[in-house]
Amino acid sequence: MKQLLVLLFILIFNNLITAQVIIKGEVKDNKGKALRGASITLKDSYDGAVSDSLGKFSFNTFEKGKFIAEAKMIDYTPNTQEINITNENITLNFSLKEELNELKAITITAGSFEASDRKRAATVLSSLDIVTTANANADITGAVKTLPGAQQIGEQEGLFVRGGAGYETKQFIDGTYVNNPFFSGAQDIATRGRFSPFLFKGTVFSTGGYSALYGQALSSALILESIDLPEKTEASASVSSVFIGAGIQNLAANKKSSYGLNYGYTNLLPYFEIVKQKPDYFTIPAFHNLDGNFRIKTKTGIIKFYSQYNSADLGLRRPNIDDANLKNTFGVTNSNWYNNISWKDFLGNGWRINIAGSYSTNTDHLLQEIQNKNNIKTTTGLSYIDNNNFVIDQTANVSQLKTVVEKKLGGISYVRFGGEYWHSYLKSKYNNLSTTLNDDLFAGFAESDIYISNSFVAKVGARVEHSSIINKWNFAPRISLAYKVGKEGQMSFAYGDFYQKPENIYLFNTKNFNYTKATHYILNYSKMNQFYTFRIEGFYKKYQDLVKTYPTYSNNGSGYAQGIELFWRDKKTFKNVDYWLSYSYLDTKRDFNNFPTQLQPTFAANHTASLVVKRFVMKWKTGFNFTYSYATGRPYYNFQSNGNGFTIKDEGRTIPYNSLSFSLNYLPNLGKQNAKTFIVWVVSMTNVLNQNQIFGYNYSYDGNIKQAINPPAQQFFFLGCFISWGIDRTQNAINNNL
Amino acid sequence: MKKLILLSFIAVSFLTTLFSQTEKYMAAMDGTLQQLGAAKTTEEMTAVAAKFERIGDAEKTQWLPYYYAAMVKAKMSMEGMGGDKDKVADEATALINKAIEIDKTNSEIYCIKTMICYAKMMVDPMNRWMQYGAEANANLDEARKFDATNPRPYVLQATSLKNTPEQFGGGCATAKPLAEKAAKMLVEFKPATPLNPNWGKESIEAILNNCK
Repeated sequence: MKQLLVLLFILIFNNLITAQVIIKGEVKDNKGKALRGASITLKDSYDGAVSDSLGKFSFNTFEKGKFIAEAKMIDYTPNTQEINITNENITLNFSLKEELNELKAITITAGSFEASDRKRAATVLSSLDIVTTANANADITGAVKTLPGAQQIGEQEGLFVRGGAGYETKQFIDGTYVNNPFFSGAQDIATRGRFSPFLFKGTVFSTGGYSALYGQALSSALILESIDLPEKTEASASVSSVFIGAGIQNLAANKKSSYGLNYGYTNLLPYFEIVKQKPDYFTIPAFHNLDGNFRIKTKTGIIKFYSQYNSADLGLRRPNIDDANLKNTFGVTNSNWYNNISWKDFLGNGWRINIAGSYSTNTDHLLQEIQNKNNIKTTTGLSYIDNNNFVIDQTANVSQLKTVVEKKLGGISYVRFGGEYWHSYLKSKYNNLSTTLNDDLFAGFAESDIYISNSFVAKVGARVEHSSIINKWNFAPRISLAYKVGKEGQMSFAYGDFYQKPENIYLFNTKNFNYTKATHYILNYSKMNQFYTFRIEGFYKKYQDLVKTYPTYSNNGSGYAQGIELFWRDKKTFKNVDYWLSYSYLDTKRDFNNFPTQLQPTFAANHTASLVVKRFVMKWKTGFNFTYSYATGRPYYNFQSNGNGFTIKDEGRTIPYNSLSFSLNYLPNLGKQNAKTFIVWVVSMTNVLNQNQIFGYNYSYDGNIKQAINPPAQQFFFLGCFISWGIDRTQNAINNNL
Repeated sequence: MKKLILLSFIAVSFLTTLFSQTEKYMAAMDGTLQQLGAAKTTEEMTAVAAKFERIGDAEKTQWLPYYYAAMVKAKMSMEGMGGDKDKVADEATALINKAIEIDKTNSEIYCIKTMICYAKMMVDPMNRWMQYGAEANANLDEARKFDATNPRPYVLQATSLKNTPEQFGGGCATAKPLAEKAAKMLVEFKPATPLNPNWGKESIEAILNNCK
C-alpha cells in the first residue's frame, strides 16, 4: 500500500520535474538582423519568452508532444514552426519578414505638402493652423502662401506657384474642380476664398508633380478633403468688425448622420468708416453667405453633400490714369452657388469606389464707367479711355462627375483608375455682344502605387483628356518615386506632363488652340517626425505652347522655371512655440500674351521667405501669432506697340515686399468645468509696421505716367468673437494637458 | 483494496488534470501579477505583457490576461518604453480588443481603453486632444455605465485633473473631490476574485496627500 502511494507520488513528481526541457534560439529578420522584443510562444500553453537585444531567447517547458511554436513582432509577419517536445532540449531559429504597413510605409513627398492627421508623420497645416496663421485671417490661400513655392501676390487672388499664373493653380474639393474658389472683386485688389478652413480635414498643397487623378492645372493643385461627421451637435454665432454669422450643426443620436446650416453676412461699412480706404467705395462691399450640408455614414463608407450660396455687391471709383479729371468707376454684383456631393465606399474584396459630382453656377454683373467730377458717365472721344465704358453680364456653369475605382493589390499596393466628365458653359454679354462657350471635357486616368518594400514606392500613372471646345486630345504620363533614407528621412522624385486648355478670355477670340503644357521634374529630400519637418526641394519646369495674343492668337509661347525651396517646422525646441520658416528661390522666364520675348513675369519674385511663429500662453489662455513675409521686388513692364510688334518701353522692379502680421486668440472659457459655452476672441492686424507695399505699376496709354499698385489700405484690422454651444471642448482641453 | 487504490489513483489523476487547469491558470496569473509588481525595465515589462498575452491566447475565454497585457502596454506607451509610443499603444488596443471580444460589457476593460486614449493623446497633445480627449470621455462613460461601483474611472479622471494646470480647470481644486469619491469607492469595492483589478489606492493617496 505504502509502496503504491510512493509510486503514485513519484509518477506525478516525475512528470512535474524531470520532464522539463529548455527551448532556446534566435529571432532574426529576413536580412539576418537580430530582432529584439519578439514574442515566442508555445501555442496553447503559457510558455514562451521575449527575445533579447541579440535576438536570443530561452524558456523552460513541462509540455510534451507536438506543439506549434510561434514568433511574432509588431511590423513583422508572424512565423510558426511545428515541434515535437520529448526529453531533449530544443533549439529553434526564426526568421521574420517585415510586413508592408500603410502607416509605416513611405509616401511620396515630392511636390506636395500634405496637411492632415491621416498620416502619423508631422502634418504641415491643419485647419487650426490655418486660422492661427497671423497673415491669413482664416483664409486657406492666405495660410498656404506661407509655404514654399507660393508667391506673395497682393494685387490678385489666387496662388501663384513656381512661376505660374494664378489661373494655373486649381482647387479641388473631394476630387472635383471648383470653378470660382474666390469672391469676385475689382482689378488690383485680391479677394478671399469662399470656403472656410473648418470645412476640411485635409489640405494637400501640391506645387507640382501631382497625381494623374487631377488635370487641367498647369502649375499647382490645392486638394481639399471635406470633414466626415462632426464630433457633436452644436450651435454657433459670431460677431466681428466685418461680419455676423450663426449656424447649427446636428449630429444624429446614433452618430450615423449629420446636417448643418450656416448663415453669414459681411458688410464693410462700419469698418470703412473707421479705416479709410484709398478707392472711393460708392457701394460698400457686402456679402451674404448661406451654406448647408449633410453627411450620412453607410455601412462601410460615407455620403457627403455640401452646398454654398454667396451673393456679393461692391462698387468703387478710382482716378483715371490718363485724365486726372476723370474717374474709373467699377461695380460688380455676383452670385455663386456651389454644390458638391460625394460617395466613398468599400465594395469588398479590396475594391473601393469614390464617386463625386459637383455643380456650380456663377453670375457676375460688371459695370465699368468713365465718370466726370460729378460722377456722371461721360465719353471723351478717345477710344483708349472710352473703351472703359462697358457692361459685362456673365454666367458660368460647371458640372462635373468623377469616378475613381481603387483595387488593393497584394500587400499595400494599389491600382486606381477612373474617369471624369466636365461640362463648362459660359455665356458672356459684353455691352450688347453675346458669346457662348461650351466645353465637354472627358478625362480617363489610371495609376498605381507599387510598394516594393516599406522603404520604396513607385507611383506610375497617366491621364488622357479630350476637350471639345478646342477639339484636341492630350496624354499626360506621371511618375513619382520615394525611397526611405535613414529613420525619418526620404528622397522623392516626381516627373509629369501637365496640360491645361487656354483660358476663356482667349477662347472668346478663337478656338484654334492647343493645350498649354508644362513638364515638371522635382527632386525632394525630407526628414520628419511628429515635432520637426525639414524639406528641401529642387525643381525644373518647362513650359510649352503657352498662349500668345500677338501677332495672332496662338500656342507659340514658351518658358521655364527652376528653383530651390526650403521648409523647416519645429514644434518642440521652444516650449509652447510652434514656428515654421520657408524660403523659395525662383528663376523663371516666359513668353506669353503680348510679351515681346521671354521675360520674368510680373507675378514672380526671385526670393520669397516667410517666418510664422505661434505661441500659446497657458496662463493667459491666449495664443499670440506672428507672420513675417518677405519677397524681393517683382518686375514690371510697359509694352508699347509700334505697329510692328510690342517693345518694352519701360521696365523696372518694385521695392521688396515686407509684411509683419499679428493675431491673438483669447479663449476665456478654456478649462472651465462643465462650461457649455466656448468663446474665442480674435484680434488681428496685418502689416503691423505699416511698411509700404507696391505690387506693380499701371501705365497711362502713352506710357508717360505710371502709378503704383497698392493695397486699398495699408493695414487690415480685425476684431471678432466666435461662440459655440454644445461641444464640451473644455474636457478636451483638460485632457490635452494631462 | 487494490481495486480501491487503483480507483483512487484514477480519480486523483483525473481530478489533478481537471483541477490543475484552473489552478494552473490562477497560479500563472498570480505569478505574472507579482512579476508585474516587480517589473521596472522595458525588458521586464515586455516580458510580463508577453506572458499575459500567452495566457490569454491559451485560455481563450479569460478576459483578465488580455486586460493586464493591454494595461502594461498602455503604461509602456505613456512612459515611452519599447520604442514608438503610437505603436506600443496600438499593441495595447489590439490586446484590449481581444478582451472585449470575450466580455463586451466590462467596466474595467473600458478603463484600459481610456488609458490607451490618454497614451495616444500624449504623443502629440496639440493635434490630438480633440479626437482622443473625446474618445477617452466616451470610454469613461461606458466604464461608469457598466459598473457604477467601479472606482477606477474616478481614479483615472482624478489623476488626469491633478496633472492639468489650474488655469485649465485642473489642479487640486477639481481633482480632490473626485479623488475623495474614488477613495470612498475603493474602500467599498470588492473585486470578484483576487486576480481581478483592484488598483488605484496608491495614486489616490498620492493625490490626497498632495492636496491637503
